[in-house]
Amino acid sequence: MSLSETLAATGQTRPRVSARPIGDRVLHALTFGSAILVLVVLGGVFVSLVEGSLPALQAFGLKFLVDETWNPATEVFGAAAPIYGTLLTSAIALIIAVPVGLGISIFLTELCPAWAARPIAIAIELLAGIPSIIYGIWGLFVLAPFLQRTFQPFVIGVFHHVPLLNKLFAGPPYGIGVFTAAIILAIMILPFISSVTRDVFETVPHVLKEATYGLGCTTWEVIRRVVIPHTRAGVIGAIMLALGRALGETMAVTFVIGNAHKIAASILAPGTTISATIANEFTEATGDLYTSSLIALGLILFVVTFIVLAAARFMLHRMEQQGK
Amino acid sequence: MASSAITIRRRFRSKVFMGLSIAAAGLGLLMLAIILGTLIYKGVAGINLAVFTEMTPPPGSEGGLLNAIFGSVVMTIIAIVIGTPISILAGTYLAEYGRYRRLAHIVRFINDILLSAPSIVVGLFVYEILVTTLGHFSGIAGAIALSILVIPIVVRTTEDMLRLVPDTLREAAASVGTPRWRMIVSIAYRAASTGITTGVLLAVARISGETAPLLFTALNNQFWSSDLNQPLASLPVVIFQFALSPYEDWQQLAWTGALLITLSVLILSIFARMITARKAQR
Repeated sequence: MSLSETLAATGQTRPRVSARPIGDRVLHALTFGSAILVLVVLGGVFVSLVEGSLPALQAFGLKFLVDETWNPATEVFGAAAPIYGTLLTSAIALIIAVPVGLGISIFLTELCPAWAARPIAIAIELLAGIPSIIYGIWGLFVLAPFLQRTFQPFVIGVFHHVPLLNKLFAGPPYGIGVFTAAIILAIMILPFISSVTRDVFETVPHVLKEATYGLGCTTWEVIRRVVIPHTRAGVIGAIMLALGRALGETMAVTFVIGNAHKIAASILAPGTTISATIANEFTEATGDLYTSSLIALGLILFVVTFIVLAAARFMLHRMEQQGK
Repeated sequence: MASSAITIRRRFRSKVFMGLSIAAAGLGLLMLAIILGTLIYKGVAGINLAVFTEMTPPPGSEGGLLNAIFGSVVMTIIAIVIGTPISILAGTYLAEYGRYRRLAHIVRFINDILLSAPSIVVGLFVYEILVTTLGHFSGIAGAIALSILVIPIVVRTTEDMLRLVPDTLREAAASVGTPRWRMIVSIAYRAASTGITTGVLLAVARISGETAPLLFTALNNQFWSSDLNQPLASLPVVIFQFALSPYEDWQQLAWTGALLITLSVLILSIFARMITARKAQR
């Protein structure tokens, strides 16, 4: 008689489960349900956004993605300007924040005396704790006027006669605009880049570094030839994580970007991003098509950040596996 | 020792890059100092008793932030009360019952994505499921939006902290015949309690400054209201509205509110760090 037949004969089909105390069954079910709820929330976000954006997607189709028009009066909407603004601000923010963030983690892991490393790391991480609305109000009242008085007139003047660059840095100096938003984003994502890269830099075996120093390499060569190649997946993961943050950042950008639905050649000009458009216009949107277009913007943002963050997690996970 | 030209160049290049990374760290610290400095400079000027005792004023008159502070505190508390039990249970599944299951891997992955997902999208979600179905903005919708932001933070810390509990402890409990649930509740939770508390504090810090999910869930309210079924003021949304206004009184209140939020968030996160650090020393 096989085991299953024995069990069937005694009426015990699942002995392991039935032997479990009631407390375990209850707690298991509760924890399992809660874990499923996490999936349900994410699925719910996706489904509700798709449902909400259906009217707009039916009305405009794929043209929604490439159309620059945004006209509430005639009810014609296109997402090209916010998508462009989102990508541009995030790209400039990364160009600024990646070298600085890597510099900070190199400083903390290679140069800084041990007693100072922890306080400095905590101070940099405090930047991540400051709410985004604070960056917004600071950007509007402090950074934007500062850039308007100093940096913007300077670059406009310097590149005035240089082809291409005079388009990229065309005046007038508004203060607010794409570039100002990008600087704020750069400050906000800096702590994410520096803290994650510092963690992965610390996974490089000391023996490896010491061996390279032993060959007579300079500190920079050790970092360039050993530390960064060894941690490449982790560094890319950190950058993707920061990109995910930058793409979805709302309040700080809303304050300083100028909310202009147009694609300008100059990075000093006002623009808009997906999240800034939603934050500025959602409560004032009249008409179903307007609201639905804004929700469609949200759907685009959600899908793009999901892909970027998933890629980031994948890279960081690979890094962890490698470390084992 | 005579150095060749190449060696000198290599050393020089290394010095330059090391100099740059010191400058990068300096820049990061400088930004923190400038931002906090401006906040204190502009915010302290407006701190007086009226801020805590009077309602948000109409343009051009005196007033305070009482209704906004009240709304923020209430929504934060409700969000934590809703979010924490769910998160601790989900974190328990990941660390205990489902540790090596396929489902746990998926939930962990999705949770990490929710951790960094744009909060404005959460606002849109709650708008779609609650505000449109109920037909009006409400404080409870705002609190639910915030609770969705609490979940990923507390799930993550709960799992991490439960995993720090040594397996030998679990085995010791099992060997004397303790049921698993009893082991989790009386041993694992107790050992991980400090860490889980830290996670909850960090979640409070995160949501108390959140603005985007509240814009079209709780909306705003110029007047005193304790009705959760009605639009409810909150500190971040009031700051947003007042800072972008042309009125100087409103802008001053925005700076004061900004200082209050930042101070409470920073104190919370430093406090959260301190209790974990003390635990680590023991």
